[in-house]
Amino acid sequence: MNLLDLFRKKPSAPVARERLQVLLAHERGAHGQSELLAKLQEEILQVIAKHIKVSKDQVHIKVDRADEIATLEIDVEMPDLSPLAPSRTPLASARS
Amino acid sequence: MAKVLVVTSGKGGVGKTTSTAALGAALAQSGENVVVVDFDVGLRNLDLIMGSERRVVYDLINVVQGDAKLNQALIRDKRVETLSLLPASQTRDKDALTPEGVERVVGELREKFDWVICDSPAGIEKGALLAMRHADVAVVVTNPEVSSVRDSDRIIGMLDSKTVKAEKGERIEKHLLLTRYDPARAARSEMLKTDDVLEILSIPLLGIIPESEEVLRASNIGAPVTLNSPSSAAARAYFDAARRLKGEKVEIVVPLQRTGIIGKLFGRRVA
Repeated sequence: MNLLDLFRKKPSAPVARERLQVLLAHERGAHGQSELLAKLQEEILQVIAKHIKVSKDQVHIKVDRADEIATLEIDVEMPDLSPLAPSRTPLASARS
Repeated sequence: MAKVLVVTSGKGGVGKTTSTAALGAALAQSGENVVVVDFDVGLRNLDLIMGSERRVVYDLINVVQGDAKLNQALIRDKRVETLSLLPASQTRDKDALTPEGVERVVGELREKFDWVICDSPAGIEKGALLAMRHADVAVVVTNPEVSSVRDSDRIIGMLDSKTVKAEKGERIEKHLLLTRYDPARAARSEMLKTDDVLEILSIPLLGIIPESEEVLRASNIGAPVTLNSPSSAAARAYFDAARRLKGEKVEIVVPLQRTGIIGKLFGRRVA
């Protein structure tokens, strides 16, 4: 170690700047995404509700991000519509 | 036409209340009719910074709930005739504020004043949302420090989505007020520079308020710094910011504290 380094503190502001840039790029994306998901959930629900009676907590939407691809997973819990069996809900299959 | 301005930040302790008082007084001193409104229900402090804590009878909650008339709750400043304060309640909690009540009171204030300056509570919850709800202009108070910049970024996102203007598809005017700035430390790269913060947050700069002993002195006494020590560096920066709010073009500089040799010798003892 150079003797001068003992007296010279490494400037910290550039580190702060870089950390913020990385963090905020990530957070802005994440925040926008959660709004997108809420909107998707609402609109998908509206479309489904035209034909089938479902409530809001029966529609789940999820985004998974891997390095190469992102997947959008839409999971709808169906009520007891017997022709559509096998249904996801045990209740529905029991009744059919 | 009246302008509703919210002073907000997300993070606490960055200087929202100090800035509300200083900007409000500076605008009022230039002849504008100004009311400063404390939205920090339960933790009111604007009355203390303004030096009006012993004159509070009715507050924002009383007016929102219809228990008092607006005129009964407004406190006229004793130093500047065109400056008034609408204090927050110290005993109630923020749930006592209703969106309809706030809308009505802000509407009434718009008719009486040129500037309605809303001092937002910290945080991103109901109180902060109600404070920004009806704003035409936002002043985002930020310290050159990582957590403050991050929280300001979050608040800017909320201003763009949760205000009446944003919901109508209009643009809310946003300005950055950089407070507690130390030009010497920024020059030594020990503190984020103005340009760093501007680049990260990308909203226009309203002013740079240098770190100043006068701010604490003014709060000790109970006077906005622009009234208590108008020639101090911080006050001059607030005066410039107030002129920019009025639409004047004022070059942005960081005012330096003038300390002549006499001031250095006697400053501490006299003060």
